[in-house]
Amino acid sequence: MAKTPTPAELLPGLSYKPPEKGWMDVKPDFRPGTYCNPAAPKWMEWINYPYPAARSIPEDNWELPKDWKEIVLQGMEDRLQRFRSLKVFFDICVRCGACADKCHFFLGTGDPKNMPVLRAELLRSVYRRYFKTIGRVLGEIAGARDLTEDVIKEWFFYLYQCTICRRCSLFCPYGIDMAEMTLLGRELLASVGLNIDWAMASVAQCYDKGSHIGAPPQAFKDMVDFLAEENERITGINTMPSINRKGAEVLFVMPSGDYFADPGTFTMMGYMLLFEHIGLDYTLSTYAAEGGNFGWFISHEMGKRLNAKIYAEAKRLGVKWILGGECGHMWRVCNQYMSTWWGPVDFLEKPVSPITGTKFENASVHKMVHISEFTADLIHHNKLNLDPQRNAHIKLTFHDSCNTARGMGILEEPRYIINNVLPEGNFVEMPPNTIREKAFCCGSSSGINANENMELRMQGGFPRANAVRFVHEKYGVNHLGCICALDRATLPTLLEYWVPQVEITGISELVGNALIFPDELERTTDLRDRDLVGFGELAEEAGEEEE
Amino acid sequence: MQIATLLSQKKAAILGRWLSMIYESYPPETAIFLRKEKNRFDNPAGYRISEGLEGLYGTLLQEMERDQVMACLDEIIRIRALQNFTPSQALAFIFLLKIVIRQELAEEIQKENLAAEILDLESRIDGLALLGFDVYTKRREKIYEIKANEAKRRVSGLMRKTGLTEDGLL
Repeated sequence: MAKTPTPAELLPGLSYKPPEKGWMDVKPDFRPGTYCNPAAPKWMEWINYPYPAARSIPEDNWELPKDWKEIVLQGMEDRLQRFRSLKVFFDICVRCGACADKCHFFLGTGDPKNMPVLRAELLRSVYRRYFKTIGRVLGEIAGARDLTEDVIKEWFFYLYQCTICRRCSLFCPYGIDMAEMTLLGRELLASVGLNIDWAMASVAQCYDKGSHIGAPPQAFKDMVDFLAEENERITGINTMPSINRKGAEVLFVMPSGDYFADPGTFTMMGYMLLFEHIGLDYTLSTYAAEGGNFGWFISHEMGKRLNAKIYAEAKRLGVKWILGGECGHMWRVCNQYMSTWWGPVDFLEKPVSPITGTKFENASVHKMVHISEFTADLIHHNKLNLDPQRNAHIKLTFHDSCNTARGMGILEEPRYIINNVLPEGNFVEMPPNTIREKAFCCGSSSGINANENMELRMQGGFPRANAVRFVHEKYGVNHLGCICALDRATLPTLLEYWVPQVEITGISELVGNALIFPDELERTTDLRDRDLVGFGELAEEAGEEEE
Repeated sequence: MQIATLLSQKKAAILGRWLSMIYESYPPETAIFLRKEKNRFDNPAGYRISEGLEGLYGTLLQEMERDQVMACLDEIIRIRALQNFTPSQALAFIFLLKIVIRQELAEEIQKENLAAEILDLESRIDGLALLGFDVYTKRREKIYEIKANEAKRRVSGLMRKTGLTEDGLL
């Protein structure tokens, strides 16, 4: 029997001071809503991943293989030899704490183990125990600990609460890359059968059928046809692209979110209008129908397997170079890994814009150009006929996607495009400590945009949404632009919780809205069928205001 | 002296203590950060919680529209409805104000014989807590709603193509 608690007694920090515990003794609380479900065995079987089993997080037994400990330690040893960076990151941290409050998951959850310094310590403590003399001898005093099943569970919990966004690395005086550690930690988990279902299902579908969503080639063509019909209905312009056409100059690769899920579909319509506008000789591929790469969120090896299709298809079709759509992690994989995995890429040419003659020197190794670079170059050379007034109903702020901005430095190109396709004064930046290199992550990237961990995602995205809310309230911003398909998939949900007045748009959609074609229908709506200013309801509203 | 005047005079002390108690419901390292970092974008939770508390305190000082009261509650509860708290822990902060006021105004309450007024004030804090239940429930419902909406949006282009949106399925 106990007394009914007072309100203060319900809160541990107030009613009693919990006994001081070291971080090693605090176990993660697997509360529903905060973790991703483990991968169903069938997905792992599809791609021959080890130790498939029907696992359940709340159960004590996670069905680890008998020799799990040897596998993990051997895996760590292998990676320490293969990745010098990992060893340096493990050894060099001086616990200065500069990264501690820079992680969106720490800011949102308030959980100290989401401080990057502590998240890294989850792995580092095991490294010390088994690979450093001081840890072997002194144990916990030297920050070392035994590898137990509880440690593995803790890794699973926190390594899937990191979106590999690298914001912490920006503030680290040594440049320690938490993303690298998270990726390698996830590889260790995968080596004993622990993967998350949302990412693994996408990977298996992509490996087997060609896209994360599991759409067969016919469905891909069907959607492209539909979006071309939509373009024609709204603009009167036929934008139907060729598919699998040999001898095209350019292969265009986009993330599958752009042809299946709104609002990505409007971005896809924008690409098609742009290419028609400039008469680009391009083709799409049903084989390389997925630019996204959830494999990279599981392991380098799986990232490489899924990525194979892009060069293979470029070679088969005999194109000169590759153009990539608006996607964040796709871009990072293609730009920073692809040519290392498969190069030298001697079957493609150094990309040159057929319209402006610009040589994309930055893409001379991997032979792939980002759509924002390509479009900004077109605008810079005055090759697009644009009417920014067609975007007058859009007051925009821009979310720098982590991989393209912090990872790749694509900061100015999207802003240059935005300033040319929106009326003056319709673009507002969020505060400087929340954009560009310091951009806050969407909180749902790196394969954790599942449904079952929604509370976690809303917490992780809170700092981003907080800045969006500021510009919405202060400047009347009603759209958040981005050049990432995962952003387009997850930010609508984030803002529905935190700032429901703001919608998400890709930048190429805005380009599509603004493009003027000689033989077009009179444009009265944007690509989403919303009235342009001066037409329909917006004209009526303006009339009422005048009265 | 009326209690409203006392609440105005001691606003900074009462609010500061109330805020401090809320921060203490987080792990110690987090509480230090929430208290220390003053930039509203680098410390979004600290900023929103303190803004919400100030607003709520204002509802005790002057009359406000119900929507405004709910908005102040929402400012804090929509954060705590996601975090690692049970529903009672998420809402306990409202009741803590009673403790703070009793402690901060202990002397005045005795001297000025404010028993009746304090009873009324505490009743209004109870009212805030009851409204807090409504806000909390709405926020939890919102989570389920956005889950469902996102699941639909994942194939929404396909649904539009097949015309299912027009049938009211989306």
